Amino acid sequence: MRTVSIDPITRIEGHLRVEIQVEDGVIVGARCSGALYRGLEEILRGRHPLDAQRITTRICGVCPLAHSTAASLCLDDALGVEPPRNGQLLRNLIYGANFLHNHILHFYHLALPDYLPARALPGALSPGTDEDRRFSAAEAERLAGHYLAALDMRRKAQELVALFGGKMPHDMSIVPGGVTHRPAPGDVAAFRFRLKEIAGFIEGTYIPDLLLVAERYHDYFELGKVGKLLTFGCFPLDGDRLFPAGAVLDGGPEPLDPGEIREGFSRSWYAGEGPRPPWEEEAVPDPDKATAYSWIKAPRYRGEACEVGPAARATLALAHGPPQFREIAGELLGEAKATPEQLGSAMGRHLARGIEALFLARAMEGWLADLDPSAPVATSVTVPDEARGQGLTDAPRGALGHWVEIAGGVIARYQVIAPTTWNASPRDERDVPGPIERALEGTRVAGDGLLEAGRIVRSFDPCLACAIQ
Amino acid sequence: MRGEPLAVVWFQAAGCTGCSVSLMNAAYPDIKDLLLDEIVPGKSITLVFHATLMGPTGRPALEVLDRAPGKAAGDYLLVVEGAIPTRHPNFGRVGERPMAERAVELARGAVGVVAVGTCASYGGIPAGAPNPTGCVGIGELLRREGGAVPVVNVPGCPPHPRWFVETVAHLLLHGPPRPEELDGAGRLRAVYPDLVHDNCPRRADFDVGRFAPGFGDEGCLYELGCKGPYTDANCPYHGWNGGVNWCIKAGHPCIGCCEPEFPDYPSPLFRKATAQEAEASYRRSG
Ligand code: SF4
Ligand code: SF4
Repeated sequence: MRTVSIDPITRIEGHLRVEIQVEDGVIVGARCSGALYRGLEEILRGRHPLDAQRITTRICGVCPLAHSTAASLCLDDALGVEPPRNGQLLRNLIYGANFLHNHILHFYHLALPDYLPARALPGALSPGTDEDRRFSAAEAERLAGHYLAALDMRRKAQELVALFGGKMPHDMSIVPGGVTHRPAPGDVAAFRFRLKEIAGFIEGTYIPDLLLVAERYHDYFELGKVGKLLTFGCFPLDGDRLFPAGAVLDGGPEPLDPGEIREGFSRSWYAGEGPRPPWEEEAVPDPDKATAYSWIKAPRYRGEACEVGPAARATLALAHGPPQFREIAGELLGEAKATPEQLGSAMGRHLARGIEALFLARAMEGWLADLDPSAPVATSVTVPDEARGQGLTDAPRGALGHWVEIAGGVIARYQVIAPTTWNASPRDERDVPGPIERALEGTRVAGDGLLEAGRIVRSFDPCLACAIQ
Repeated sequence: MRGEPLAVVWFQAAGCTGCSVSLMNAAYPDIKDLLLDEIVPGKSITLVFHATLMGPTGRPALEVLDRAPGKAAGDYLLVVEGAIPTRHPNFGRVGERPMAERAVELARGAVGVVAVGTCASYGGIPAGAPNPTGCVGIGELLRREGGAVPVVNVPGCPPHPRWFVETVAHLLLHGPPRPEELDGAGRLRAVYPDLVHDNCPRRADFDVGRFAPGFGDEGCLYELGCKGPYTDANCPYHGWNGGVNWCIKAGHPCIGCCEPEFPDYPSPLFRKATAQEAEASYRRSG
């Protein structure tokens, strides 16, 4: 048996180390280790509750809007306010633009080099290996050209966020009660034309490229599977969410019960074990804990290690989502010759992102048409002395929760459980592996496993700054 | 007279990758130009290590980092993104070794160091009270270790891509900055020339005392907590993201994101600064 340490895992956000054990060409053991602790939950304690809005945004520079959104839902709940409809539409448009940015960046700049020839890209961006490359020279050249074109497209997607979100990264617009930016008619036009251009790129370039990768690497629809899915849903409007919340454990899709979330840390560098509900958690860092191997904690839903992210969203939306989603998903699954059950796989996750990007760009056109530039964008807020709040949303990478307890007018406790906390979690007190660990175990590999493990890990789009705050 | 491109090692520590994403938002020159073309006539850079963007992974990636300090001094520019935890070696590791150890080693072998972002410059968000991991900026870490490598700060949470591009263009054209080119907070004066408040489009409202009562309302944002009067940044000139918007245009008070005491001194972020805080801030920046 050989142990291979992959450190750093590049082309993800943050500091992740993965260790795999390979025996007779099969990964028999895997460990995910988050290598950075900053202590943002500690830093938030004692601060003014509204500060959480801007400080938690800064947990992650790739998806700041995920935290901005979760924090605003959490504070809306604690402060007992709801944004006016216009404010909610603007929040959705800002957040939707962040999704589009994320999926384009992830596919082209983080994942695609795993499939391109050794020297396809300029300098250090090139993957540097020709192992298991399946594109013709012309295809590889075209994909590499799209990698560069996608750099522009993702920049424009950031402009799309900033148009109503103030700036990117780290938006300056979403606040409890709504948003601060009151759009001028010119902003609406500027938004519409950027959205059109990005939607055109998604439909005309991203989706065909994705389908080409899916065709050549069809075997990856059977690799990197986890089996349990969880989503909090996202994009609320008029009492509903565009993507419904729910879980798939052993049977079909079931509704979400947030009371079933527990977070433990028996193998993480915090004193004690947990597992506790988020509002009761006391995790004091213990960097010398001998039994631990990660800064990431181990969240569980009904005791299960669940995969979160685009596959979970797509699976729930296929069951309970809008008909337009089912239509797009059905079409693209057909073209990729994949089944809905294969969405939760190394290639299925990429496909689920593509389906989502296409669907979301169209939904955003609808929200933009609904916008009333003269209507209020925020409800005024007052901060109570004592309150509790919960904000649940999906981020591009999956289920994200913020929990706050306010006492004496300041933050007494702030708890964050992020998508990669779920996906890259270590083993728990019952020795159940985390989803990425489980996805890796049992994978047949050709060489030392670096290639297959890299592809599988990246299909989850890990974000370590989110996983450990 | 095109010389050898200057190699850049981009080292990420305790951060959020927001600085990298911000740099990717650069326009004229954009990120492709920065990577592939001359930035100023005859001078270009070549990115040899950047964990978020580089192709290789694991061992082959780490070897680039391991080999860099052994090269002839002056071979590469070190860019640091994120603060560096110092309280315990296990708070942050890259390739099995503590971040602080790697950062010092990489800085010692470099021709110069650019601290990109408020975290790398001064500690930033992870150094917010009570600073659980003992995070410091790279300049402070090198002072503690007795290093003599020049550090230029490009603060901002994240910095505007222009601030980074302008700083690098300065280094390529003029070499390490002379002391009088830097302000008291280690930034190039030319890049952080004056206060947000001095050039703010809502300044006319401030001068006549027309203050916005709530979010989304017209008027100066001072009463909502704006820290523009104590923050050196040229956001009002260029706006953000291709100029489409920026904090105050979006109706959001400036939170002083490029100041050395961010996020503690501007906090509470949505409370009007007291006269004492204003006074203390002016004294600090000299
Ligand atoms: S909004 Fe802020 S920066 Fe602008 S004038 Fe008012 S206080 Fe000054
Ligand atoms: S306006 Fe203030 S908070 Fe906004 S980016 Fe500029 S310095 Fe930072």
